[in-house]
Amino acid sequence: MSILTTPAAPTRSARPVYRVTGRHVLRSEWTKLWSLRSTWITLVLGLVFLVAFGLISAARYQSNVSSGQPLDADFAHATALSLSLFGTNFAQLALGVLGVLVTAGEYSTGMIRSTLTGVPRRLPVLWSKSAVFGVVALLVGVAGAFVAFVFGSSIVSGTPAAMSLSDPGVVRSLLGTGLYLGLVGVIGVALGALLRSVAGGISVLVAALMLIPGLISLLPTSWQSDISPYLPSNAGQSMFALTHDATSLSPTAGMLVFVGWTVLLLGGAAYRLARSDA
Amino acid sequence: MIEAHQLMKRYGDKTAVDRLDFTVRPGTVTGFLGPNGAGKSTTMRMIVGLDAPTSGTVKVNGRRYAEHTAPLQEVGVLLEAKSVHAGRSAFDHLLAQAQTHGIPRRRVDEVIELTGLQSVAKKRAGSFSLGMGQRLGIAAALLGDPATVMLDEPVNGLDPEGVLWIRNLLTELAADGRTVFVSSHLMSEMALVAEHLIVVGRGRLLADTTVHDLVRDAGGDTVHVATADPARLREVLAGPGVEIVGRAGSEELQVSGLSARSIGLKAAEHGIALFELSARTVSLEEAFMDLTRDAVEYHGVTTA
Repeated sequence: MSILTTPAAPTRSARPVYRVTGRHVLRSEWTKLWSLRSTWITLVLGLVFLVAFGLISAARYQSNVSSGQPLDADFAHATALSLSLFGTNFAQLALGVLGVLVTAGEYSTGMIRSTLTGVPRRLPVLWSKSAVFGVVALLVGVAGAFVAFVFGSSIVSGTPAAMSLSDPGVVRSLLGTGLYLGLVGVIGVALGALLRSVAGGISVLVAALMLIPGLISLLPTSWQSDISPYLPSNAGQSMFALTHDATSLSPTAGMLVFVGWTVLLLGGAAYRLARSDA
Repeated sequence: MIEAHQLMKRYGDKTAVDRLDFTVRPGTVTGFLGPNGAGKSTTMRMIVGLDAPTSGTVKVNGRRYAEHTAPLQEVGVLLEAKSVHAGRSAFDHLLAQAQTHGIPRRRVDEVIELTGLQSVAKKRAGSFSLGMGQRLGIAAALLGDPATVMLDEPVNGLDPEGVLWIRNLLTELAADGRTVFVSSHLMSEMALVAEHLIVVGRGRLLADTTVHDLVRDAGGDTVHVATADPARLREVLAGPGVEIVGRAGSEELQVSGLSARSIGLKAAEHGIALFELSARTVSLEEAFMDLTRDAVEYHGVTTA
């Protein structure tokens, strides 16, 4: 019995010619992403957070208005858009965590050794993981945002918050939400590759997106207004907020700052991946 | 063909691999032997580019592993540490590995069949027994149909059936004309499959030799003889391939190249009285222990 299909010929001309290419690595990462149950669970969870919390928030507003009582303080400036996108904060956690798992999960399971013996030049792995998961998170984000808005705005129609897709800035804002979530996914991928630890990656992600904005209030007020808009979470939120004031960046500036953060983290991840032992 | 040149790896002030020079040639099974912690795994990780050498180089078929356009076609490797995501099925794991090179899906089916994983291919790798895990690792190593196969401690922790399977596999791979580079800390296991041996201890090269030479150099298969007339016995036994060692004025001789039986017969034929005649066989295990014990002592002295 022979173990291999073709006997090892002394001349290599008869062997099929394979190659590691960017496209091949992308396909491999695509297969890897979808062949794990955690991907499906987390993506569904992210989608549910985005849609369900938006609808709950819209329903609460609607009942508040129809009860005839004065509006809750939270709802003073509410619009159909802000109500339907209430779930973004939670969806970003699900997608960011999945991003961390995409890379750090390979270190915790040992898969990284297989990955890097297959692609020993290494960096194509990081680019492919970022691209594949970034696009998936973006599509989930856009789909979730539109679904949440379509149903959320129908719940609050006839109230002061009513809006429709044709209102100025709505479509931009919904697309901005998707882009924000896609970039959060890429940030997760980068953090996982940088820290090589699922727990570490998730901690830093949560700290950067949710804790630091709160801690900023400890700083002197004059510093706050200089720093605050450029924090990842605040810059990201300017990407999809409908109204912008002096304390926040414009959507384009917000996007540039947030992309800047993403690129910075990806650069750090690339440096560590290329330079240190796996 | 694997060529290491002054290969060195340091972790802080600990030297895991110390200026190794060796060549693994095609067409034979080369054993990579050393006690635990001798630097075998680190060396193998450097060969496939997982760890970067502190200094020195190691090349596979003339180039660094990472410089090949299709590395899985050059070297197939089974590392000692688990290298599979526990949540992914064996098939999906192999498919993803194959896709990095554009290796077709039917090759994935082939290696699954070769390693006998058909019945569990769709199961999560996390549920695999140690033996099944090894088979999956070997399936991945064979994906690219590589001319060199490198296995790190493949029989560690396997049951007898698994050990036998690996042993047959290694023999078959070598019979196919492949370069097989297998590490182990068990000399007895190596003796069954390897022709060539590279022995390391504490990161240093201790021997680059054949199984046969290693045993001979360790004083294997010698016969201890004590006789009334050592000078005449020397003359009687002399011949091609026979080596006789003995101190001047001593009645004792160490003879290699002849069996105790033929020494006894020859002595009787020539009427030489023998007081003692005993065969002393050094097992491979002993030869190996001698080599590595020296390395440990040497190291102890230098670091003291």
